[in-house]
Amino acid sequence: MTRRQIRGTIAIPVLGALGAFLYWGLSGLPPFGNYHGFYGHMVSILSLPQRHVTNAVTATVFDYRGFDTMGEEFILFAAVTGVVLLLRKSGEDEEGPPEDTVTSDALRLFGLLALAGGVLVGLWLAAYGLVTPGGGFQGGVAIASGFVLLYLTGSYLAFARRTSESALDPLEAVGAAGYVVVGLAALIAGLPFLANLLGPGKPGTLVSGGSLGFINWAVALEVAAANTILYKEFLEQYIVPIARGRKS
Amino acid sequence: MIATLVPLQATSLIFVALAATSVALCRNPLRQIILSGVYGLLLVVLFVVLQAPDVALSMLVVTTTAYPLIVLVAIARTRHGSKEEK
Repeated sequence: MTRRQIRGTIAIPVLGALGAFLYWGLSGLPPFGNYHGFYGHMVSILSLPQRHVTNAVTATVFDYRGFDTMGEEFILFAAVTGVVLLLRKSGEDEEGPPEDTVTSDALRLFGLLALAGGVLVGLWLAAYGLVTPGGGFQGGVAIASGFVLLYLTGSYLAFARRTSESALDPLEAVGAAGYVVVGLAALIAGLPFLANLLGPGKPGTLVSGGSLGFINWAVALEVAAANTILYKEFLEQYIVPIARGRKS
Repeated sequence: MIATLVPLQATSLIFVALAATSVALCRNPLRQIILSGVYGLLLVVLFVVLQAPDVALSMLVVTTTAYPLIVLVAIARTRHGSKEEK
């Protein structure tokens, strides 16, 4: 038997078994749109009267499941710390940034407009996270990707100058710690960890949700800073060898 | 509450399946990453159609900016590295 035949004879029963198992699993699923999650129905009914938050997803993420989200936030924090440690600069970095300024006026103008729009949309998503779809995470990633446009339609130097580690690292730490501080503040006041200290607020406004607003902005800050650091570390990996190659 | 699959949802699902297959079958990494961006955008449409705007918003940025950027840089870096060794 050739290698191809051997592979075929092994693959057929394995694929057959996998297919049968998959069919068995899928045939037991409830029909499309037939949602059985009791918890989901409860949250969508209760989030407005209980928490005065019109976006049930944000109420779940930052309130009902607030402790889990704190863990997730620190997963991101730890992941970015890992990336920074692994991609740290090896040796001296004296080559200076490459001359990669975009010369097309149209591209620069479009980039500037898109950057302003992106950051504004990010801030809006974060601000209205408790009212309409969006929230700290969505706003944070939008703001961070706005900064990437500085590199794409400007130059690496323009991007690197506005994303200095000495500014971003404390911002990321403040964002991550802010979440814990909101939780500890409730403990100090004699309430359970992460309990809503400020009261639910007026539904449908920017101050709805009480301390959820602080958690929301802490997450926005953390996510925006963490993603910008991530982009910067990766772009550095791409840019520095090119600059080195051009000089030598 | 039983909802049936409306045509818009069915169309969106089919496009997602087609895009996913094309990503899996593409052999060129650069084309593959662009295709995966398109696939991600189609997923965003599906999430909106299935009334999950919060997920769609995160997906929109992650799939079009964060993921392609990081993979593109990784591809560029590995190619650069292999040239240096030669």
